Amino acid sequence: MISLDGVTVRYGRDAALAGVSAQVENGEWAGLIGANGAGKTTLLRAIMQLVPYGGRTRLGGAPTDRMSRRDLARLVAYVPQNPELPAEMTVADYILLGRSPHIGYFGFDKAKDHQICAGLLERLDLTHFAGRTLRTLSGGELQRLVLGRALAQEAPILLLDEPTSALDLGRRVDALEIVDALRREHGLTVLSAMHDLTLAGQFADRLILLADGAVAAIGSPSEVLDEAVLSRHFGHRVQVLRSPDGELVVAPRRTA
Amino acid sequence: MSTTLPGRTPGAGDEARATAPADAKPPTPTVAPPEPPPTPTVAQPEPPPSTAPPSPIQLPRVSARRPVLVAFVVLIGAILLGVSVGPADISLPTVLSGLLGHLPLIHYHSHTSALDWDVIWQIRLPGVVLAGMVGAMLAGGGAAYQGVFRNPLADPYLLGVAAGAGLGATIVIVQSSGTDLHQLLPFAAFAGGIGAVVLTYLVGATSGRRASTASIVLAGVAVAALLTAIQTYLQQQHEPDLQGVYAWILGSLGTASWSDVTLILPYVALSAIVLFLHRRLLDVLRVGEEEAGALGVHAARVRLTVVAAATLGTAAAVSVSGLIGFVGIIVPHTVRLLSNASYRVVLPVSMIGGAAFLILADVVALNLQAPAQIPIGVVTAFVGAPFFLFLLRSRRTGVL
Repeated sequence: MISLDGVTVRYGRDAALAGVSAQVENGEWAGLIGANGAGKTTLLRAIMQLVPYGGRTRLGGAPTDRMSRRDLARLVAYVPQNPELPAEMTVADYILLGRSPHIGYFGFDKAKDHQICAGLLERLDLTHFAGRTLRTLSGGELQRLVLGRALAQEAPILLLDEPTSALDLGRRVDALEIVDALRREHGLTVLSAMHDLTLAGQFADRLILLADGAVAAIGSPSEVLDEAVLSRHFGHRVQVLRSPDGELVVAPRRTA
Repeated sequence: MSTTLPGRTPGAGDEARATAPADAKPPTPTVAPPEPPPTPTVAQPEPPPSTAPPSPIQLPRVSARRPVLVAFVVLIGAILLGVSVGPADISLPTVLSGLLGHLPLIHYHSHTSALDWDVIWQIRLPGVVLAGMVGAMLAGGGAAYQGVFRNPLADPYLLGVAAGAGLGATIVIVQSSGTDLHQLLPFAAFAGGIGAVVLTYLVGATSGRRASTASIVLAGVAVAALLTAIQTYLQQQHEPDLQGVYAWILGSLGTASWSDVTLILPYVALSAIVLFLHRRLLDVLRVGEEEAGALGVHAARVRLTVVAAATLGTAAAVSVSGLIGFVGIIVPHTVRLLSNASYRVVLPVSMIGGAAFLILADVVALNLQAPAQIPIGVVTAFVGAPFFLFLLRSRRTGVL
């Protein structure tokens, strides 16, 4: 469970987050939506203790600010928006980085770590690439690999920052389906910043809409994906349509 | 979608999804394993392989074994060359026979004359061992610095250890002419080197709210410039000692003795062990400080430990050898170009390769214009730079 209580982050005099309070239940997928600069990334970074913040963040009931980095990394896996991908690192070496929280300071990966990573590579259809360097992988393969590294941490909570921004439509849905399947298999709690509102509505159980560093709306996709609400907070008119199958589709409206 | 994921349990906002057309997404075999029935209890996270059948596949990890073995063979070759080449004409079989004859527990009657053995044991071997230790330290320190500062141009002198050692040595040289204070030189150089890095860290790591690598590196540049200015001023004020100062700065292993070796051995050994133990953590740092932090690795702590270890070893090395340049950059990058960029390979192979490289450079420095010596720093740059450029051009892929 993720609980946020009045989380505030200041960059100089500007508040990037002004008292965000929200809760994500165990096993839930919460989508973090909002315009550029609304504070989505900052909120995830605050939970990861990567920016100084005010207020309280708790994971599974324990306050995060008193946790060691190692304990935090065993509890939550984080996929940043633009992960660093060392071009000459091999796929096997990269996914094994995810085992770091379970390896001592001067320790080394053991057979168990290898087995976990090999299993994940198979699961993500990357076994074939295990010996190759990251340079040789396509965007979709890299995205799956980054996800694999996060899953290798075996943390019950997954924080994703725009996990699919670089992917084409098909790969985007693929990646989210994998997250969803693994979430269901392992009971993961997911909090993910998402750009694509239609996909956010399709995958998340609940949406948290941030605007100017504060929670503007929170609720089920059909509650939050409201034309008036979105138009106000995205600074542009949008229309929310319902497909013949009942899916919510968020589309922009031309100004002219 | 529900067709590809039979294990889904209905949840909030699910009704829209449940009616999605099955062809909304191409079926991906990866997300359709034989799934267990839906698990309603979600509090217990399980490791992925525990639900999937244990994977028979092996993870094809980069192995350091072969590169390390190759480097060792090169090192042994360099050592044999180092002990058998010199002004006194002693053949390789004589050297080997002498070494065998002096090994404990082996009763082999050596044919090597006592005089030849003295040359080997008192002059050549200490030089070779010292060159090996200094080379291993500079190359290993360079590799580790490139890792913690994530900068391909980092070398062990980055934070001012060379400038500090240079200043310490210069003070002793200009103050000791005509006295026996000269033997204080290694200690002054060692203290100067360590002092400079401590100063750099105090200035760089405490500037601003967070100690970034950039602020530490910039502090190193400033400290090095300041100490070099003082050192230059001192040497200009004491013109008669100019030759001595220059000779030390350009580096020399020509007068190495066993006492030099034992003097620096504890520091070099400790430093090498600590750096070697960091090879996995240096790989974690390759994804950047923040992501390393998210993976549970405290980057600033790793950096401090690596800097402390490398400084101890480098300061000890330069205190007896002078400021031999270029080894810390060229050797690790050569290793990266020839084998793999993982620090599990780069760190050990750089240490062994650096030892071999400096032993060979010393052979050239001592013998090319014998009896005159060429400063070893000149040799490392003169031989190393073209070789490195050749490698860089022959490989099309980038390194870092």
